[in-house]
Amino acid sequence: MDSSTQIAPAAANRAHNQRHAVSLLDSERWLGPLLIGPAILYIVLLVGVPFFMALYYSVSDTTTGGGTQGFVGLRNFTGVVGTPKFQTALKNTFTFALISQAVILLLSNTLALALQKDFRGKRLIRFLILLPWVAPISIGTIAWLWIFDSTYSVLNWTLRMAGLIQGQGYMWLGVPHLAMGSIIAVHVWRQLPLATVILLGGLGSIPKDIHDAAAVDGAGFWRHYFQVTLPLILPISLVAILFGLIFTFTDMVIIYNLTRGGPYDTTQVLASLAFYTGIAGGDLAEGAAIALFLFPLLLAVAFGFLRVARRTEVI
Amino acid sequence: MATVETRGIKKYYGDVVAVNGIDLLTKDGEFLVLLGPSGCGKSTLLRMIAGLEIPSAGDLLINGEVVNDLPPRARKIAMVFQSYALYPHMSVFKNIAFPLKAQRVEKPAIPKKVEWAAALFGIGHLLHRKPRELSGGERQRVALARALVREPAVFLLDEPLSNLDAQLRASARDELEQFQRRIGTTTIYVTHDQVEAMGLGDRIVVMKAGTVRQIGTPKEIYHEPADTFVARFVGSPPMNLVKREDYILGFRPEHFFPKGTQDGAAKVATFSFRVTRVEYLGADRLLYGTLGGAFADQKVIARLPSTVTVSIEPETIYDFTVEERELKFFEPSTEVRIASRPL
Repeated sequence: MDSSTQIAPAAANRAHNQRHAVSLLDSERWLGPLLIGPAILYIVLLVGVPFFMALYYSVSDTTTGGGTQGFVGLRNFTGVVGTPKFQTALKNTFTFALISQAVILLLSNTLALALQKDFRGKRLIRFLILLPWVAPISIGTIAWLWIFDSTYSVLNWTLRMAGLIQGQGYMWLGVPHLAMGSIIAVHVWRQLPLATVILLGGLGSIPKDIHDAAAVDGAGFWRHYFQVTLPLILPISLVAILFGLIFTFTDMVIIYNLTRGGPYDTTQVLASLAFYTGIAGGDLAEGAAIALFLFPLLLAVAFGFLRVARRTEVI
Repeated sequence: MATVETRGIKKYYGDVVAVNGIDLLTKDGEFLVLLGPSGCGKSTLLRMIAGLEIPSAGDLLINGEVVNDLPPRARKIAMVFQSYALYPHMSVFKNIAFPLKAQRVEKPAIPKKVEWAAALFGIGHLLHRKPRELSGGERQRVALARALVREPAVFLLDEPLSNLDAQLRASARDELEQFQRRIGTTTIYVTHDQVEAMGLGDRIVVMKAGTVRQIGTPKEIYHEPADTFVARFVGSPPMNLVKREDYILGFRPEHFFPKGTQDGAAKVATFSFRVTRVEYLGADRLLYGTLGGAFADQKVIARLPSTVTVSIEPETIYDFTVEERELKFFEPSTEVRIASRPL
C-alpha cells in the first residue's frame, strides 16, 4: 500500500473531526449548556441533594443508627423549639451574627477608605489584610485558641506587660460574655478581608469627578462620606452584608474549634447545635430541623436585600 | 467679582512636568479660555486653581490673596466637569441644593435659590428627576445650575461642551456666552476646541507642554500669532507655513487668492500655486497644492469664499497673491514671530 492512501483517510478523518468540534463549540445551543453543565452538576450533587435530604430528614425520624425513615410531620420542629437549649442557641445566633456584622461593617468601611488613599507600603498592607481570608480557617482558629489559652494566653501576657491587668488574667473562652466576645472577635478577623475587598471594589467604581465635585461643592469629610460616597456604595455594601450575614448564620467552624458551644452553651449557635444534635448526638432528624429552622428567614433576608440593592443601583 | 492670578505655578508628577511655570492674571469678570492640545497641562492648571491639585511650586492668588493652602471649599469657586459629575443618586433638586447645604445656607432659603438657578437654565420642570433620566444637554444645564447656585466668585469650566453633539454644542456655546455676560462672574474655561475658544473667550491663553505660548484676544491670537504653534493650532484649515533658509513665512488660507480677484490698492506678494485637489464645501472651496519658485514643493491650502467664482482646475499652475500685510514671519530655529521683512 502506498503511503499517500494511508494518510489520506486519516487526514480526512481529522478534518472531519475538526469540523465537527468547531461546529459543536460554535453553536450556542451546545456551547452554553456544555459550559454551565459542570457547575449545575456540582450544585445539584453537593448542594441540592443534601438540601433536599435535610428537608426530608427534618420531617422524619431518621437517626445515624439507620433505623426507620418514617414521616413524622413537624414533630421535630415543635419538639425542639420549646427547649431552653434551642432558645439559647437562637438568641446566641442573633447576638453573634448581628454584632459581628455591625463591627465588620464599621471596620471594613474604615479600612476600605484608608486603603483607597495612596501611601507607601499600601500593597503590603492590602496583602496582609487579605491573609486571614486566604489562610485555612481551622489553622487560623487554632492560633486563636492559643492566643485565648487560659494559661499561656499571649493576650493576657500583653495586657499584663502593658500594666493593664494584674495576676492571672482573663479566661477568655471560659467566661460566658468573654467567650462570646472572643468568638465575635475571631469571626470579625476572618470576615473583614472579604468585606473590605468588596467595599474597595465599590469605592473604586465611583468616578473621581464625583469626589472632585463634592470637594469643590464644599462638602467636608462627613458630608462627603455620608451623602455621596456611602449612598453610591450602598448596593454593593448590601451584597457584602448579605453574604456576611448568611455566612455567619450558617457557619460553626470558629465555635467548633474555640468553645464547642461552651461555657454552658453560651456560645452555642443553631449551626453548632444542629451539628451536635444531628451528627455527634445521632439524632439526624432533629439536627436537620434545627439547621433548617432559619432557612425561611434567611431566604426572606436574601430576597429583600437583593431587591433593595437593585433598586438603589444608580450608575 | 474676583480675579485669579498664578505666579510661576508649576506641577510635577514624579519626573513628568505637567505645568511648567505659568503666570496669568485674569481681569475682573473676564471670560478667559485655556486652549491647547490634550496633555498640554490646561486641565491640571484649572484643577490647581480649583484646589483639587496642589502646585509643586509657585503661588495661586484669588482676589489678591494667596490660596495655595486653602481646600477647594474655602476658595469660593465653582466648577463644571467634562463628565458633569452629577451625583447619580440624587434628584436634580438635591444636586443643585448640595453646595448650598454644604455651605450651611439656611434651610428655608434653599428651595428658592434652587428654583432660581434652575429657572436660569430652563430646567425647572426637571427638578424631581434623577441624572440618569436626563439627556446630555439637560445634564449639562444641571451641572451649570449646581455651579452657579451659590454665586461663586470664580467659575471654572473643564470642557463642559465636549460631551454634547455638534448641533447642541453650538447652541450651548451661545447660551453659555450670554449667561456669562449676564452674571459677569470671572470665568476660566478649558477647551481643546479652537472654535469654542475663539467664540467664547474675552482672552485666550494658548498652552503647549505646560507653558503659555500666547495670551491675547481671539483677534490677536488669530491674526498675530506669537509663534508657529499658535499659528497652526488656531484656525481651520491652519495657517500655511512655508520655509526658506532664514525665515518661515505664514499666511492664512483665506488670504490666498487667485491673482486679480482682490480689488483695492494694497500691496500684494505673488506666488505660483500648483493646485492638486479641489474640495467644494458649499460656502468655501478648499484648494490643496504646492508652491513654486523659492518655496518649491511646499504644501499650502487656499480657502476661497463662494463669492470668488474663478474656475480652478486640478493639476494646473496659477498665480496666487497674498496682501503683504497678511504675511507673517517666524524665526526658523525658535519658530517665534519676527518683524516683517522683504520676501
